[in-house]
Amino acid sequence: MLAFSIRRLLQAILVMLVVALISFTLFRFVGDPVNQMVGVDTTPEQREALRERLGLNDPIMTQFGRFIVKAAQFDFGTSYQFRQPVADLIGKRLPATLELSLVSAIFALLVGIPMGVYTGLHRDSVLSKLFLSISLIGISLPTFFIGILLIFLFSVTLQWLPSFGRGDTVAIGWWTTGLLTVSGLKALVLPSITLGLFQMTLIMRLVRSEMLEVIRTDYIKFARARGLRQRSINFRHALKNTLVPVITITGLQVGSIIAFAIITETVFQWPGMGLLFLQSVQNVDIPIMAAYLMLIAFLFVVINLIVDLLYFVVDPRLRADRAAL
Amino acid sequence: MTQTPLLSVRDLRVEFPTRRGILKAIDGISFDLKEGEVLGVVGESGAGKSITGTAVIGLLEPPGRIAGGEVLLKGERIDNLSQQAMRKIRGKRIGMIFQDPLTSLNPLFTIGEQIIETILTHLPVSEREARERAVALLEEVGIPAAADRLNAYPHQFSGGMRQRVVIALALCAEPELVIADEPTTALDVSVQAQIIRLLQRVCRDHGTAVMLITHDMGVIAETADRVAVMYSGRIAEIGPVRNVIKAPRHPYTVGLMGAIPSLTGDHDRLTQIPGTMPRLDSIPQGCAFNPRCSLVMDKCYRERPDLVTAGESRAACWKVSETEEAAG
Repeated sequence: MLAFSIRRLLQAILVMLVVALISFTLFRFVGDPVNQMVGVDTTPEQREALRERLGLNDPIMTQFGRFIVKAAQFDFGTSYQFRQPVADLIGKRLPATLELSLVSAIFALLVGIPMGVYTGLHRDSVLSKLFLSISLIGISLPTFFIGILLIFLFSVTLQWLPSFGRGDTVAIGWWTTGLLTVSGLKALVLPSITLGLFQMTLIMRLVRSEMLEVIRTDYIKFARARGLRQRSINFRHALKNTLVPVITITGLQVGSIIAFAIITETVFQWPGMGLLFLQSVQNVDIPIMAAYLMLIAFLFVVINLIVDLLYFVVDPRLRADRAAL
Repeated sequence: MTQTPLLSVRDLRVEFPTRRGILKAIDGISFDLKEGEVLGVVGESGAGKSITGTAVIGLLEPPGRIAGGEVLLKGERIDNLSQQAMRKIRGKRIGMIFQDPLTSLNPLFTIGEQIIETILTHLPVSEREARERAVALLEEVGIPAAADRLNAYPHQFSGGMRQRVVIALALCAEPELVIADEPTTALDVSVQAQIIRLLQRVCRDHGTAVMLITHDMGVIAETADRVAVMYSGRIAEIGPVRNVIKAPRHPYTVGLMGAIPSLTGDHDRLTQIPGTMPRLDSIPQGCAFNPRCSLVMDKCYRERPDLVTAGESRAACWKVSETEEAAG
């Protein structure tokens, strides 16, 4: 277990170094950074001075080393457009994105798993067919369209929920949260449904097909033959056996939720990283793009690490079995 | 037989509706099982042995359904009970053992968790008592260091050991009847005899009756008190095991016995029954065995024979009816 964790940690570091290289290449070679910073009337001498000051004349490996050392300290330089440290800009927006992603992931799991279990157990009921039809919509409609649809229905027509922004937030240290105020919670509803709907339908369909398979197995038949309670058979014996693939997919999906919050954040003008990233793309603000790339890669790596460790918790067959006969 | 039998199956019919019509998997079978008795059920694949077992315990998979007849447990009908009432009988009064021990245990729970949950579901005991009982049961079925093995997962056991665990699980709430559906078929030949003997011993000790479904006549000869031979969803012959083996009445049973190799056998070749058992959708009129029978008569193509008493056994054959009439 420990050896496994260390091995995975080393792999994770390797992945991060590769991403850092890509990020650095982007930073260094997509256009001349100096051109982005100075005005048209800057003299060549001034340019050269800036170059020297930024260390752009050093050998590439030295520059890359410096980039990594700085990245490890969350120092990604200064944004071209905002003239502020990138770390501060991202730090300010990180809570908004993470809260949105977390809430939509929880929504996807809390709604998707029970729906999947239900449709798996009662394949032919009317409700199952309704769920499946809804899931088809969730899978086939593009996110921005669902967002706009929800805004039209709940914000414009019914006027129940706000159509943009985070509402009131409370600051806890550097973290700002919208989870503690009514307007913050209300503002979370539509974006998280929009963001989580695809994941929810995916999880529902996955749990359903896994359930269909598991309830045919001999151990479920034997559990029935032992007269165990139906609830225990469905939610303990069967559901636990569907969890390994569900954890895999959920892990990957949480990563995509964070990465693809961009679209939802744009539709709802959510002040998160995605919106920042989009602005930085429009303005060729490479330090922000590089930092965003690194951050998303880091989150993916962390989530995958957690998923790998969760396998061990769920499936005893993966644990080192020294007690085997 | 004035005493109420433990299990009484009366004219049981099981049907599977399909697109091409209704398939009669079990077509009117009747048999009794006394307390503590071991009844062997033999027959070829598809003869309806397993379906009979699953129908008795009420676990037929839809679309299969009981289309007629009764199943009585100590005189009370159980075939028409609600799901909930039947659940309370399963495990508690009727246990079941399946063919493949490798897949019968849930891989994600320790065997202790599985046994204790079953005990707690059926018996009014505390968790500690359930644990003690689980250890005692595992010791009884021959698992060494039972208290430690309680925390082991199924994959940490060998096939034979797992079948021992399965037997402990089926017996943990002291059922009056255990239906063992091919309990040794998936096991190593060397382990089969051990498991059969274990099943026999444990059930004798607990006074549990056994319905032993198998296609292995050797197993039946060694363990069963009575045997029912099934063919095409019906009982061809039923009787005390030594009568059926030594003096089979039904031509099908005669054929089956001829197909068993014997150590002291004097013939070089085993006899075989020509042809195969008819598919469920093309069972011939009259006696289902008529296309393969060497003693076939005109009547066999027209009417279906019912079980008639022939000595201590009962057989469903017109030839047997004729002989018995002539004799008696």
